[in-house]
Parts: sequence; C-alpha cells; structure tokens
Amino acid sequence: MPEIKVTPLGAGQDVGRSCVLVSIAGKNVMLDCGMHMGYNDDRRFPDFSYITQNGRLTDFLDCVIISHFHLDHCGALPYFSEMVGYDGPIYMTHPTKAICPILLEDYRKITVDKKGETNFFTSQMIKDCMKKVVAVHLHQTVQVDEELEIKAYYAGHVLGAAMFQIKVGCESVVYTGDYNMTPDRHLGAAWIDKCRPDLLITESTYATTIRDSKRCRERDFLKKVHETVERGGKVLIPVFALGRAQELCILLETFWERMNLKAPIYFSTGLTEKANHYYKLFITWTNQKIRKTFVQRNMFEFKHIKAFDRAFADNPGPMVVFATPGMLHAGQSLQIFRKWAGNEKNMVIMPGYCVQGTVGHKILSGQRKLEMEGRQILEVKMQVEYMSFSAHADAKGIMQLIRQAEPRNVLLVHGEAKKMEFLKQKIEQEFHVSCFMPANGETTTILTNPCIPVDISLGLLKRETAIGPLPDAKKPKLMHGTLLMKDNSFRLVSPEQALKELGLAEHQLRFTCRVHIQDPRKEHETVLRVYNHLKGILKDYSVQHLPDGSITVESILIQATAHSEDQGTKVLLVSWTYQDEELGSYLTSLLKKGLPQST
Amino acid sequence: MAAHLKKRVYEEFTKVVQQQHEDLSTKKLRLTKPSKSAALHVDLCKATSPADALQYLLQFARKPVEVESVEGVVRILLEHYYKENDASVRLKIASLLGLLSKTAGFSPDCIMDDAINTLQNEKSHQVLAQLLDTLLVIGTKLPENPSVRMRLVEVACKHLTDSSHGVRNKCLQLIGCLGPVEKGVAKEAESQAAKDVQKIIGDHFNDQDPRVRTAAIKAMLQLHERGLKLQQAIYSQACKLLADDYEQVRSAAVQLIWVLSQLYPESIVPIPSSNEEIRLVDDAFGKICHMVSDGSWVVRVQAAKLLGSMQQVSSHFLEQTLDKKLMSDLRRKRTAHERAKELYSSGEFSSGRKWGDDAPKEEIDTGAVNLIESGACGAFVHGLEDEMYEVRIAAVEALCMLAQSSPSFAEKCLDFLVDMFNDEIEEVRLQSIHTMRKISNNITLREDQLDTVLAVLEDSSRDIREALHELLCCTNVSTKEGIHLALVELLKNLTKYPTDRESIWKCLKFLGSRHPTLVLPLVPELLSTHPFFDTPEPDMDDPAYIAVLVLIFNAAKSCPTMPALFSDHTFRHYAYLRDSLSHLVPPLRLPGRKLVSSAVSPSITSHEDPSQQFLHQSLERVYNFQHLDPRGIQELLEFTIRDLQRLGELQSELAGMADFTATYLQCQLLLIKALQEKLWNVAAPLYLKQNALASAAAKQILEETYKMEFMYSGVESRQVVIIHHMRLQAKALQLIVTARTTRGVEPLFGMCEKFLQEVDSFQRCFISELPHMQGSFVDKLLDLMPRLVTSKPTEVVKILQTTLRQSTFLHLPLPEQLHRATANIIEPTGESDNPLRFTSGLVVALDVDATLEHVQDPQGTVKVQVLYPDGQAQLIHPKPADFRNPGPGRHRLITQVYLSHTAWTEPCQIEVRLLLAYNSNRSKASTRIPKSTWSESLEALPPSENGIEGTIPFSKPVKVYIMPKPARR
Repeated sequence: MPEIKVTPLGAGQDVGRSCVLVSIAGKNVMLDCGMHMGYNDDRRFPDFSYITQNGRLTDFLDCVIISHFHLDHCGALPYFSEMVGYDGPIYMTHPTKAICPILLEDYRKITVDKKGETNFFTSQMIKDCMKKVVAVHLHQTVQVDEELEIKAYYAGHVLGAAMFQIKVGCESVVYTGDYNMTPDRHLGAAWIDKCRPDLLITESTYATTIRDSKRCRERDFLKKVHETVERGGKVLIPVFALGRAQELCILLETFWERMNLKAPIYFSTGLTEKANHYYKLFITWTNQKIRKTFVQRNMFEFKHIKAFDRAFADNPGPMVVFATPGMLHAGQSLQIFRKWAGNEKNMVIMPGYCVQGTVGHKILSGQRKLEMEGRQILEVKMQVEYMSFSAHADAKGIMQLIRQAEPRNVLLVHGEAKKMEFLKQKIEQEFHVSCFMPANGETTTILTNPCIPVDISLGLLKRETAIGPLPDAKKPKLMHGTLLMKDNSFRLVSPEQALKELGLAEHQLRFTCRVHIQDPRKEHETVLRVYNHLKGILKDYSVQHLPDGSITVESILIQATAHSEDQGTKVLLVSWTYQDEELGSYLTSLLKKGLPQST
Repeated sequence: MAAHLKKRVYEEFTKVVQQQHEDLSTKKLRLTKPSKSAALHVDLCKATSPADALQYLLQFARKPVEVESVEGVVRILLEHYYKENDASVRLKIASLLGLLSKTAGFSPDCIMDDAINTLQNEKSHQVLAQLLDTLLVIGTKLPENPSVRMRLVEVACKHLTDSSHGVRNKCLQLIGCLGPVEKGVAKEAESQAAKDVQKIIGDHFNDQDPRVRTAAIKAMLQLHERGLKLQQAIYSQACKLLADDYEQVRSAAVQLIWVLSQLYPESIVPIPSSNEEIRLVDDAFGKICHMVSDGSWVVRVQAAKLLGSMQQVSSHFLEQTLDKKLMSDLRRKRTAHERAKELYSSGEFSSGRKWGDDAPKEEIDTGAVNLIESGACGAFVHGLEDEMYEVRIAAVEALCMLAQSSPSFAEKCLDFLVDMFNDEIEEVRLQSIHTMRKISNNITLREDQLDTVLAVLEDSSRDIREALHELLCCTNVSTKEGIHLALVELLKNLTKYPTDRESIWKCLKFLGSRHPTLVLPLVPELLSTHPFFDTPEPDMDDPAYIAVLVLIFNAAKSCPTMPALFSDHTFRHYAYLRDSLSHLVPPLRLPGRKLVSSAVSPSITSHEDPSQQFLHQSLERVYNFQHLDPRGIQELLEFTIRDLQRLGELQSELAGMADFTATYLQCQLLLIKALQEKLWNVAAPLYLKQNALASAAAKQILEETYKMEFMYSGVESRQVVIIHHMRLQAKALQLIVTARTTRGVEPLFGMCEKFLQEVDSFQRCFISELPHMQGSFVDKLLDLMPRLVTSKPTEVVKILQTTLRQSTFLHLPLPEQLHRATANIIEPTGESDNPLRFTSGLVVALDVDATLEHVQDPQGTVKVQVLYPDGQAQLIHPKPADFRNPGPGRHRLITQVYLSHTAWTEPCQIEVRLLLAYNSNRSKASTRIPKSTWSESLEALPPSENGIEGTIPFSKPVKVYIMPKPARR
C-alpha cells in the first residue's frame, strides 16, 4: 500500500520554527524552514541532521517550499542551504522572494551586531541562498521534476503568503502555511479549490478560538484614535515592520481621507519604508478594493502618512505615530513612549500580543509605574489600549478551509497540543476524516489509495462504450481489453493489437460438450426439433439451421449424431469459443434439460 | 452602393426565375416579386467553396427579410442544407433558420416538419445543437399549439442520449421551455408526459458534464417559471447538487432550493443523522446560509441575495444568522456588541480601555461546540465580512428585506448594519445607510449606536452624508441626550461642509417633529436663555442658529408648552423664518400678541377641497362662455387665468393642474385675440403691424403647446389630443397670416400641402378620440377635407379662416395627477462677486448642482445651457451617472460644466440654466414604430419628417461671474 510520511521537525504541537518533512510517492519535500523566537541556542533552528547524518541534503530532498516571509517560516533558510548545505530548488512566491532577504538581513544584524554572536550566517550567505530560490505565481503548476509538481494558492495572512499543493501522480498533499479566512484592509481571504488532497497539513494557531467580527475591532480602533486626535493628544502605535503595520496604515489612511482629518500620521523609517515599497509593487496580491482602485491611486502611496523623524516627537499638536518594535522593548517605539507617557491626553495602542517581561506586557497588565534602566521611575499617565489584529484563521476558518478542500486526512501543525486536541476531535466528528497531530520528530504515516491511470486508445474506448446500455458517468463500467504493462506505463489495448505488439499468434480456445438426448427419431429430425426449440427460446439471438445439418447460435455450433451403440440416443455436440463462454454454457444447460415433449 | 446592389439582385432575379421555374414546387411559385430568397439561392449556387457559401450567408444575415418571403428563403436554405457537406455552413444555415423563424408575423409551423427531419441524418454535434436551438425558437413562436410542443419535446427527449454536452444542453433547454405544464389536460397520455418531463430533467441532475447539470437545473427552473408545480421529491436531489464541484451547478442549485422552499414551506423534512424533523423552509434556509461561505463568490452572492426573500423562515433560525458563538481558548466570550449593550444597560459609557475587557468568561463544554454544521449560524456575520463587496452588498440587501418583515430581527441586525457604515467601499456604506432608513420604523437607536451612526456625518462623500441625513429624518431616538448628540454632530457637519445646509435643515425639521418631548427639556440650553439674565441676540444669518431654530419650531408644533420658553427675539426670528424658509418652519399657534401667522395657519389646513372646487368652477364658467360677446369672453379668460395662476402659487398640490389649465386658457385667449384683429377685413399689406401681433400669437401658442405636452408629468392621451388640436389651430393661424402677408401663390402651395398632411396625421393618430371632438376645428375641417384637397391655396385659406372662427372651444379634461417639471439650481448660487478666473483657451469646470422634480427620464431630456454675453450659447448633455434619484419623482443633478472663452477685458456674467429637451416624435400618443427584431444590424430608421426637436427652459437662469484672462506669454 503506498503511503505518505510526514515528520515535523518544528511546529509539531508547537508554534514557531515551522519545518515539516513530507515524503510522498518516493519524493521528499521540506515545507518551510523557520527559526524559533524563544531560543538563542541550537534549538532555534530545526534539527537538520534528522534528514541525513552524513550525506548531502540535496540527495535526500527534492525541493524546499517556503510559504511566507515570516521568520518562523523562513528564518533558518540561509543556515540550512549555505551552512548545512543544500543546493536543490527552493520555491516561494514573488513577494516572499522580494521581502524575505530584508527580514533575514535584519535578523542577522540583530543577532550578530547587537548580540555579538559568531558562527551565524553572513549577508553573502543570504544572497547565495536567495539565488537558489525559484519564484512561483499563484495557481501556476510548477514541475519540480517529471513527477513532482507544486501549485500555490492564495493564503491571505501577509503579503505573498501562499498555500502549496504538492502532487505526485494521483497523490497530493496541501500545506497551508499560515492563512487567514477573513479578509482585512489590505489582503483578501485564503482560497482553495476542491482539490481533494490525500492530506491537508494545516496550521492551528487559533484552534480553540472563534473571533468576533473584525469590523467592531476596526471601528473601536478608529474611534479611539479619532477621539484622541480631536482632543489634541498624540497616539503611539507600536508595530512590527511588516504585515499589521500596513493594514493599520491603510485603515488610518482611508479613515483620514473619509473624514477629512488633518492631523499628521508618521511611520518609522527603515524597514517599514522598504516594505511599503514592495506592497506598492505587488498589488495583485492585495484585496479587491486596493486592486480595483489602484488605477486611480495606489493605496500604498499614502497621502496622509509620512516618514517619521526623531525630532517630530516633540512637535506640539496631535499626531499618530507607527513605531517599531511592536512590544515596546527597545528602539524607537520605546523612546517615543517615554516622551509621551506623562501626558494623560496621549494614548498608546498595542495592536498585538506582548511577550512577558516587555514594557508592552507590563503596561497592558495595568502597571502604571515603570522602572526604566538607571533606576528611573516612569509614571504612565497616557491611556493604554489593547486591540487584537491577528491574521490567522480561527477555528471556524480552519473548518471552512477543510470543507473547501475536502481532504481525506488532516494533519495539524503550528499550534499548542491542548488546543489541537480539541480541533482534532471536532474535525473527526464533523468531516469523518482521520486527523493527526504529530509532535516534533514524530513520523505520521498515512496510507493512500491512489488511482493508477491507464491509457486507452480512442478506438477501443468508443467501441467499448458503444456496447451495452448508455454510459453513466457516476458508475464504473466494465471494459474488455488487454492491459499492457510496458516501460513503467499502463495501456489498455484491444486483444488484436496486443497480440500484434507482442508478436504472438492468436490461439483459439474452444469448449466442446456433448449432450445426450433420448430421441428415437432420425438425426435430421432431431436437429430440426432442437432448432425449433432453441429458436423459440432464444428470440434475441440469430439461430440458423445450416444446410449441412448443423445449427449455429451466433457463433456456437451444434451438431447431432446418432450414438454409435444406441440409435435412440442422439449425441449433440456443442462447441463454442472462449469469448462466448456465457452463452455457450447457458446453451448446454438448456440442452441438458432435454427437449420439450412435443407431439 | 445599396442601390447598386439592389439593381444587381433585380437583374439576376430575372434570369433565375426562368431557370428555376420548372423545379420549384407550387409553394415556391408564390415568389412573384423580386425577393431575397432568389438572390440568396443564386449566391449559394455560385458558391464554390464552403468558405464562400459561409460568406454569402453571413452577408445575407445582415439584411432583414420581409414576412412574405421568409418561407421561400427557408425552403431554399433547407435545400442547400441537404446538399451541403461542410458542417460550418450547415451550422450557419441552422442558425439562420432560427433567426428567420423569429421574424414577426411569420408562423413557423410550416417549416417545423422539415426542421425535425433535418435532425435525423445530422452527424455533427454542433449542428445538432444549433438545430435544436432553432426548434426551440419555432416552439416558442407557437405557444397555442400543444401538439407541436409535444412533438418537439419528444424529439428533444430522443436526443438526450447524445454524447455531446452541447446537444444535451439544448435538449434540456427545449424541454424546459416547451415541456407541458398544464396539469389538468384531459388526455391520460399528456399528463403522463407532464410527469415524465420532471423525471427526465431530474435524471440529468447526475449527468457527467457540469454544463448539462446546470442546464437541467435551469430547465427545471424554467418549468417552474412557466407555472408547473415542481415535485417535492426534487428537493433531496437538489440538496446533493449543493456539494457539486462546479460553481455554476451550485449557483443554479441554490436557486432551485429556494424555489422549492417557496413552494413547500411547511412540509416536514428529516434531519439526516438524527430523528428530528424540521420544516422544509427552515432546512432550505440553513442550506442556503451554508452556501454564504461557499468557495466561489458567484455562489455566495446568489445565496446572500436569496436569503432576503425567505420570509417564512422561523424566527429562531433567522436570529441564528446573526449569531456567532465566540470563544477563546475554549471559553465563552461575549461579542463586542453584547459588551456594548451591557455597558449601556449598566449605565456606564463604553470604556473598553482595560486589557482583557473582552476576557473570556465561562468554560465551554467541548462537546457542545459545533463548529460548522450549524447551518444558519452566523451566515450574515460571514456575508457581511466577505472579501468581495458584491457579496457584502447582497448580504446587506437581504438583511434589509428580512428586517422589514420581522421587527425583532430588525432590532438584532442593527448592530451589524451600523458596523457596515465603516466598510471600505463607499457603495456598501451607502447601501447599508439606505437599508437602515428602510427599516427605521422598526427600530430605536441606542445611544452608542447613534454615536457610531453620527460619526459617519464627517464622511467626505456627499452622497453618504445626504443618505445619512435622510436616515436621521426617520430615525427614532430614545433619549434627549441622543437628540442633543445628533444636533451637535449635525452642527459640526454644517461647519465642516457648509454646502449641506439645506439637507441638514430638512433633517432637523423631521428630527424635531418626531421627538417633541425629547426636544422640550433641551430648549433653554439650545436657545441659551437664562432665567435671570438676557442673553445676546444670536445672529439671524448664522446657518447653525437657523438649524437650531428649525429643530425647536418643528418640535413646538406638537408641543404647545414650548413657546413659553422662547425669548422675545425668538418670536421675531420665527416670523422671519416662517416667511423666508416656509418649507422648513411650520405654522405655530403662538400666544396673544404674536399674530403673525395665526391668520394664515387655519386657512391653509382647511383649504383642500374648496380650492379644488374653485378650480373646477372657474373652468366650468369658462367653458360656457359661448353666449358671451367677444369682449366678455376675453375678460373672463383673463380673469380666470389670473385666478388660476394665483391658486397655483397658493396651493402647491394644485400647482401643476392650475398652471396647465391656465396655459391652455392662455392659448385660447391668444387665439381669440388674434382672430379679432381687424386685419382680416382689410387688404393685407396695409396692416403689417397687427399682422405681426397675430403671427407672434401663433408662435407663442405653438411654444405653449409644446410646454403643455412635455413639461407635465401625468398628461394622458385625452389631454394630448386637445394640445395637438390647439397646435393645429395655431398652425392654421400661421398659414392664414402668411397667406395674407405674402404676395403670390407659389410659397403657399407648399405650406398648404404641409398643413393638410398634418391634419391627416392628426386624424390618423387620434382617430379614436375624434368622436369626442364634435364641433371643433378639426371636426369641421375633416368634413371639408375633400373640398380642401382639391381647391386652390387661396380658397383653402379662406375656408380655414371661417372654420377657425366658427369652431368651438374644446373642453380640457383634467387628469388625476398633474405635475409640472421644475428645476432649481442650488449651485452656482449666483451671489458671488468674485469672478471665476481662468486662462482663455483653457477650460474651467463649473460645479452645477440642481434639484429636478417631476421630470421623467431626466437622463435623456435634461440639458444644461450656458449663455455667454456675446450671445453664444452652449448646450451640455450631462452624463447619466450625474443624475441621482433620492426619491420618487425627485432627481438631483450634480455635474460639472466646462466653460471656455476667448479673453475678455472685464469680468462678465454668463447665464446657466437647465433645459428640457423634447422631440415631438416621442410624443406619448403617437404609435410607436415597431422595432424589427430580425437582425441587430438594421439600418437606422430615417427620422420622420414632422419630428420637431426643441428645448424648453424650465429653471431660473443663474448668473455666474467669469473672467477669462489672456494667456501669459
């Protein structure tokens, strides 16, 4: 029985360090190659030695697929390809290919320059690594080699995020990466066709959450910003450079446009600026509204949002500032926060989750007095708001995707074990498909039942379909032919052709059977009686009485001779070919019953 | 070119007839005059290759074929059909057959047998499909012939087994369109067939080709549309189709399910995998809701739209559509809406400032959470959050329809609608505002909701703001704080967008009159009166102050205690506003000394009937003037016209009616005056002056008649006759005047002839109305017609003159409703002293904003005219998209007019006005020329000779100061 084997090297019952090995029909594919945010030692990268102890990775892997540019999905890529050594193809979408090196470079800088680590990949390695990348378009079927093909589907989440279908012959796996089933201000919703894969590997970050409508969140956010600005206060929004920052920018930009507001909006220079450039370029990857209006104006050409300068923070009057990083633990956002924290007119909005120990986490949990370095006490008078803008599918979204794709098996990754348990149970209950949730390093084997395509010549197909009742597409149909297995391919051909191709002579197989009948009459009379009898019963067949005293029913021959010993017994010789077996045996059984008692 | 071609056809025809006569059947011999068929035949015979033949056929298809020759053409085509080996040519012939059978007036039953015969030997699937299409056309042309239809359906059933999807498609379509639908047909066989039709189509729900499946469902829907009651058994089949792989199948299946749910709402269906049973409509509702989260947006739109019309669904199912159980980490969480509501009811205003304010509360039993198969659950929540705005709009519309029929649902969906006010696409925002307005009878806004609604007032789009004003006009507000909030926000809006003035005032008018008791406690604060101190008198011209006063006065109308709170200047301001903005300020019964309006108010309220009576009485009087002396008649007419005009000013409801009749009387008066001139008794050349008067009168009457015909909505054919009659009289008058003043007879010939033609066309158009016109001008004229046609122009003129004098005045019957088209240019205001400067040779855009009332088809008729001081006039056709339709009978034109001129030394004023274009061909009474449907490439019809196009100015001109500067070098 053919099988698909899946081994998560990372993200198995865990979030971060996404890396899943799939072997399908003899092909080995690695899905994502991420790093773990929580560790600074060897555990931050997946354990590639699992794949091979001493051989080259290239010999074991047919390709690597990166779903999107977040570091927990692509962070280990230069390490993997340059330091461990992999020369095969790496597939990602165009936006991911464009943005990925920026983030990797940023990550390298922080690790090497700030933390002073050695033995880390270099800028040159990132460049070399990116040279191995093959960019794919949405819905483009890419042939990795003769049998393995991959195809990307839109996934929402961040710019360029994609779900990948990996297909070998009739077996297929879909890997979702991270995805979002509700559209937001700048990206659309994930979509997949009814591809019915053998296995769907889906993320399950929000396996136990059903989220509220995004509109309420947006409205709340806008209302809070608007109120503060109207009061003359300043709003600080700490964000990470990519993803949510752009969504919030669009949100505020359109709001400013609609409401004719004049207060300035700034975003911090550097990474965000560079990223915005790519958002402008990859319009086709954004949502309906941006795609439709970009002819008049590219939504990412912000009219109201300008680049931030350090000096602006002290300007009087209302303003809104997007600053990095998102958890207020260092950098520009923290600087601005310290300047503005003392005024109760100001506000800070945290649009995402904050790790314990960061300033962001402290203020969110209600701490009003913060101890900064140098024993300073900073009193926080400004308002602190929390607003969750997350771009992962919630439990309903995951179920919706499963419903769309109709997989035969589901495998959960990228989530916490406890939450997965719940979702697993739900999936099995609702869809009646088996669901797996392997831990890191644990291999799951899924048996598949692939169909084997067989070529058939058109002539034979037409001939065979013409026989018997009309073809009904939903029902299997019986066909006669010869199955030729030659050079790893299957063909169904007509027997004559098979003989010809194989250079064999045709052998005729005939069955003969003698039936004894008690009949005192003359031979030809007996024949006549048999003829009439058969003619009466087999109305649909052509029954002929030949001049030489034999009877044919279709191609079955019946001859009668008198028994050499007993003249009263006639011997009927019935002879038919192998092909007419059905009719022939029917005839003999008919004749064995004897002739009717005629007058 | 055309003439040349025709000639060629003629020439060739003669040859052909001689050759063909022998082998033509008797039917073909009917082609006695040169016809298309012969030419076609020649062409086809000449064709050497299939490509040639195809070209000929294509050319042939461009020209229409007369009804008489259709049959001949069909025979010839069929003849070629049998001979033809090339499938593409046969295909074209088959399609031509279908096209020809559509010819109006042609009954295709004679060619049906041939068409069916052609089917038998046809091998090509495409041609077969096309032939079936032709049969479908033939079948639809013969609705009265059940046996033909039965036959066609049988033919179609036979071909259902074809291996090509195209053929099966067409067969199903044919069965759907022609299948028998009558249940009560007497014959057993036929009712058997009727049952079969559904079964046959149903069998193809499982066809292997998705296109055929779609066609099968569509055919079923077609049968339903034609009145066949579908069997309930189909329901389960249709449900299976909802899971089809192809979107068009799912889309059609959703429709089918909807149809069945409307047919059998109360039937009971079992729920699979449980023993329970529910109503079919509920089940269908759940299924369609499920489709709102389909993978294809086409299906989602379809599903969302259909949800709106499922009103029989039970309420708990309906309410589930808005319910999406939130959870976080397996703990139940309240939605933001619920939180807002709770905060509101607990008296605390929305804080939302704590992290974890939305922290999940109780644990959920994991077994009880149903993630997907809950059917209706949250369908609208999904629909409103959809990626495609088409789906969102459809969902909003559906929400609107459901909310209109269920008040409790309306209450529930409010939060979601309010949320939609922040959608990123303007159309969606607009739609949701309109929806909210439509359901506003059923709802009362909470304060926090009102807050969100009012936030949209700052939107920079004018349409949105105005829609919101309309919404506020009919909203119920629950508290006085709400009213105050609304007022404050509206005033903010006013300062930000001063152009919204009118709309805001109107909004406050309704807000005031709807909530008098809520306004009452606010009055002192709003008027800033103080119990002890006199406060300064506010500025009367301040739009914000006027806005406040509008709110208060309208509230005071039904709250008699309110005026007691007013200070002195308020009363003065009331008097002023009552006069200047009478449409916004209602009459108030003010105490004692303020007698300004008390005299007026009662007279207005009880004026209704007497004024109508007055109108009719004065008209009666006028129609009976026959026995008066000429002078008396004139005086009477003058007085009546004056009365009517005044009445129109006083009574806005009767304005249209009064104006209309006054114009008519005016025409009559002019006619009488013109006929009384002395010039008729004297030799012509001596009286040039009076003569000018008479011809001017004739011209004016003509103009007025056009106004009467085209400027009023609600004019019926009875009135049109009278108007045309008056016009005829004016034309007669013109003829007489010209005859009098010109020497020589030659020019008169033409004029007389033209006039007689007009009389003739009048007779043709209004033949049915003639009996009502005893003793009138035209009646007499028609009696004299034989004489007129033969006599010389001078005699004709004489006869005309006498008939014109002797003819009686026609009674003008009044229609039920008559409204005069009016236009009011709001912008430009014409008040600005700052000239609009621009460089000569370049253009400047002038914003024009106007309201139009009672204009039918404004897109086609309303034009903007710009008059430059040098007499140059420019006519601008606004784009159809510039017209908005805020209410029945009302339109709004917001457009830009581009101006340009050569340099001036000084700024000068140009005039902008609106014109109503008309075309006498479009006249409501004239019979419409039936448009030929045969071929879309018909040559345009030549404009008929007596079509007069013109324009009527119907708005006051507005002056705009402009200054084209010379270009700087």
